[in-house]
Amino acid sequence: MKANRFFDWLMSREGIYYVLLAFLLVVIFPLALDAFRLNMIGKYLTYAFAALGLVLCWGRSGILSLGQGIFFGLGGYCMAMFLKLEASSPENTAIQSTPGIPDFMDWNQLTALPWFWEPFHSFSFTLIAVVAVPALLALIIAVAMFKRRVGGVYFAIITQAIAAILTILIIGQQGFTGGVNGITDLRTLMGWDIRTDEAKTALYFVCVGMLFLCLIIGAWVMRSKLGRILLAMRDQEDRVRFSGYDVASFKIFVFCLAAMFAGIGGAMFTLQVGFMSPSFVGIVPSIEMVILCAVGGRNSLLGAIYGALIVNAAKTFFSESFPELWLYGLGVLFIAVVLAFPDGLAGLYRRYVMPLESKLPALLRRNGGNAPTLPVEETK
Amino acid sequence: MSPSNNDFILAVEGLTVSFDGFKAVNDLSLYLEPKEIRVIIGPNGAGKTTVLDLICGKTRATEGSIKFRGKELTRMSEHNIVRSGVGRKFQNPSIYEDLTVFENLEVSYPAGRSVIGALAFKRDAEVIEAVEEVAKTIFLSDMLHQEAALLSHGQKQWLEIGMLLIQKPDLLMLDEPVAGMSVAERKKTAELLRVITENHTVLVIEHDMQFVGDIADRVTVMHQGQVLSEGSIDHVKQDPKVIEVYLGH
Repeated sequence: MKANRFFDWLMSREGIYYVLLAFLLVVIFPLALDAFRLNMIGKYLTYAFAALGLVLCWGRSGILSLGQGIFFGLGGYCMAMFLKLEASSPENTAIQSTPGIPDFMDWNQLTALPWFWEPFHSFSFTLIAVVAVPALLALIIAVAMFKRRVGGVYFAIITQAIAAILTILIIGQQGFTGGVNGITDLRTLMGWDIRTDEAKTALYFVCVGMLFLCLIIGAWVMRSKLGRILLAMRDQEDRVRFSGYDVASFKIFVFCLAAMFAGIGGAMFTLQVGFMSPSFVGIVPSIEMVILCAVGGRNSLLGAIYGALIVNAAKTFFSESFPELWLYGLGVLFIAVVLAFPDGLAGLYRRYVMPLESKLPALLRRNGGNAPTLPVEETK
Repeated sequence: MSPSNNDFILAVEGLTVSFDGFKAVNDLSLYLEPKEIRVIIGPNGAGKTTVLDLICGKTRATEGSIKFRGKELTRMSEHNIVRSGVGRKFQNPSIYEDLTVFENLEVSYPAGRSVIGALAFKRDAEVIEAVEEVAKTIFLSDMLHQEAALLSHGQKQWLEIGMLLIQKPDLLMLDEPVAGMSVAERKKTAELLRVITENHTVLVIEHDMQFVGDIADRVTVMHQGQVLSEGSIDHVKQDPKVIEVYLGH
């Protein structure tokens, strides 16, 4: 019965879009791209985790966070700490004055592993920390802000300030964090070399799997009554409050959920890229996450994923060709999206492509629905 | 506290709120009996909306007490005031334009009000029945699956009243429910209010004297944050003080 309903949903119009995305990520990209390019797609997808969170938090609930890099970074650092400890076995670090601790600690005259590094010897602790640490910080921020009814622009600015503070803290505490270089030279995960092409390809599939898990959780939240309350809250916060809801608790929930998604993204980033540094924590990456969510469509979970792919692909392309122009391009892109198509690619798709689909149902059925993959072709 | 307070569903005593020294509501007392329709009238700036804000917790009182069925509201959080049975309609229709009429009512349905509850909430037969019943009362049965943004102004006002009704509050507070409505819509609204008062106590702010005469059991006239006069519509209409400050010559 339940499986039947799931199948019906898969065959519905909405379900088809999910199937097509899965097909694109699981079949087309791995077949069409070499390991290097596939790894880059995997890296782009890690930002999609943060963008998914922003769809729930910003698009659905009207809470603009300019600090998703905080949670992305925390998740990434948690994973990096585990990998670094594994890479810093006493044998590997025998030439150091204190063998067995990460190299940057040794360079900074640390002679023992700081206490907060200790639990990251455990892989299961690390897996929990990847979601729990971002969620905990998000909880503290959200309780402090939302219980006091801080919202809108003020909240956005505060999250941005926290992103800046965290970056400065990481850079300043070089002995504990690796400073501006970040945590580099990560080698193995439980003895499995993550630097090989095979490992990178395998990690790409893990990343896609985790992304779909987050996507399904996000879709479930959006479809529940909670999703409708979030939407109601965005438009008429007082009406929701005076309908007997504790508005702050819903905001806290959605902000923490978005932070967890970003944390998972950060951990997948570390695994696939092989290092983590403060440049993925601060203001610029946080704003990039908002932009790729906006470009994809801040009300569309699927849009956010396509947005992450397209904007990051464009970033790679442009920053290879015109490195100094990219940031301006990004700014222009953001302004263009806000002014011209506030619902992003998903909005354009709904307005221009969906009517065509309805007009050509027979044709579409024969072709298995090529249309939804259209925006993606640009990424190749 | 006099023992007779227990007979009132709402007993407001010595209520004062001061905004930087300006007393928007000044030592106001107001008693509502169960199932009564009370209308508050008064010139602009008399503090009528502020009184509703104080009762529902949107604004915090500087002094005084608000007892609802014997429970003190002045220190309760807004959502707990609502949960104890006080519903408030705002002056401008506050509905969720991106949701359908059905969803608007469903979001207002008093179940699944916590985060976990809302995630686990199921649209079962009971909910559908409650929504359909309220939709019938507010004349929107045929529009359940229409987006609320497409409703007319009057229908939006009714929808918001419906969103309160589905919560089954004991006290319903309406801020200018017929403002901006056509004559036909006003008539229907009066009819709606009459149905509602069979089961609820209603506190209404209104300017339209014709409408006030149609619905009110008792009228309270406010002026400069205080009660100027109170009684039946005919009584207050003849009160020279009321004629002076509000009704005009």
